Amino acid sequence: MLKTLKVGALALSISLGVVAAAAISGPGAHAAATAGPTVNIDNFVFGPEALTVTVGTTVTWVNRDDIPHTVVANDKSFKSKVMDTDEKFSFTFTKAGEFGYFCSLHPHMVGKVIVKAA
Amino acid sequence: MSDHDNAGEDRRGFLKCMAWAGTGALFTVSGGLMSSISLDQAMAAPMKAKGFTFLQISDSHVGFNKPANPDSKATYQEAVSKIIAMPVKPDFIIHTGDITQLSKDSEFDDADQIIKQAGLTVFHVPGEHDMLDEGAGKAYLDRYGKGTKGAGWYSFDHKGVHFVALINVVNLKAGGMGSLGADQLAWLEKDLAGRPSSQPIVVFAHIPLWTVYADWGWGTDDAAQALSHLKRFGSVTVLNGHIHQITQKVEGNIAFHTARSTAFPQPVGGQGPSPGPLKVPTEQLHSMLGITTATFVRGSQPIALVDQTLAT
Repeated sequence: MLKTLKVGALALSISLGVVAAAAISGPGAHAAATAGPTVNIDNFVFGPEALTVTVGTTVTWVNRDDIPHTVVANDKSFKSKVMDTDEKFSFTFTKAGEFGYFCSLHPHMVGKVIVKAA
Repeated sequence: MSDHDNAGEDRRGFLKCMAWAGTGALFTVSGGLMSSISLDQAMAAPMKAKGFTFLQISDSHVGFNKPANPDSKATYQEAVSKIIAMPVKPDFIIHTGDITQLSKDSEFDDADQIIKQAGLTVFHVPGEHDMLDEGAGKAYLDRYGKGTKGAGWYSFDHKGVHFVALINVVNLKAGGMGSLGADQLAWLEKDLAGRPSSQPIVVFAHIPLWTVYADWGWGTDDAAQALSHLKRFGSVTVLNGHIHQITQKVEGNIAFHTARSTAFPQPVGGQGPSPGPLKVPTEQLHSMLGITTATFVRGSQPIALVDQTLAT
């Protein structure tokens, strides 16, 4: 069954090209990073404030405010540049664990990403 | 060298300084004093020897162009035009941070071009918006940090008043508010040590040094340690920006005041979904932006803070 899925996925990626390959997240996909969820920064709040993903997931933050924000890991393992309105930052989580982060301009803004083994 | 450093030399000098301290207390008793003096009255006050005014301007956010104010450069220009038109020329200007929106060189350039027209010395402290360059504050320090210590703090004396510029927008911690840090606090203690308690002190920093609204980070985590070094002084005035509205509080001999922005207003703490820009009808905007004049008059009212909007 798994093998069939794999083949199917491969066939799909061949037929649709690179774009499709990047979007595949099934068990047979070999892409280093799987497309993942978005955290919206809205009204000085990270939403969702806590996000659970699996190892290899790429999380994208989008600033929806009229004021710039940043995304900085408490342990400094990731750090965005300043994001003005509608600007984005992505990070791929390669290790399991709980990663707290905050906005270095407005440090009362905090969030976390819980990364589980795939 | 402050003349108050010589205050112990003769009794007359000492009494003069006591007058400063005593009249500083007047401010404490009469909490509404600041708002009760009109700009005209403040300007008309007899300017005795050593009396002077200086100006506070804040949160110009040059580069901001969102709906709350599509042209922050124009409103900054209006504020500076008000300064130029003042009948009594202030001795200098202090800018309490968020000069720019995104710390871009072009924004700093535009801001400098505008404030330069006032023809006055400008003392700066950075806001968090001035720390957004790749060097995390290098752009600010290259421009305004000459002769400063650490992240940019410094002090100076002017006509007997001691001014202290503090930085509370760097190395902020997750879940926290503004922060001064151990190095700056140690420097402050040293800077104030040995000064007579009768010397008037003005402290300025971007984020309020008292907690206005913790949920929005409107305060400074280690401000209490700074204030402990200031408590013994008879007259302390703390001037902040950051929250784009006037708030004031008196605690012992310490008077706290936050200034309006010249760019856009923000909601009262907790009264709105976030501390983001408050969108008001265009015709209301100018009445919510402004500048603050501080008047020191020896022998009568020592400290009068007068807020003036861009609509007047």
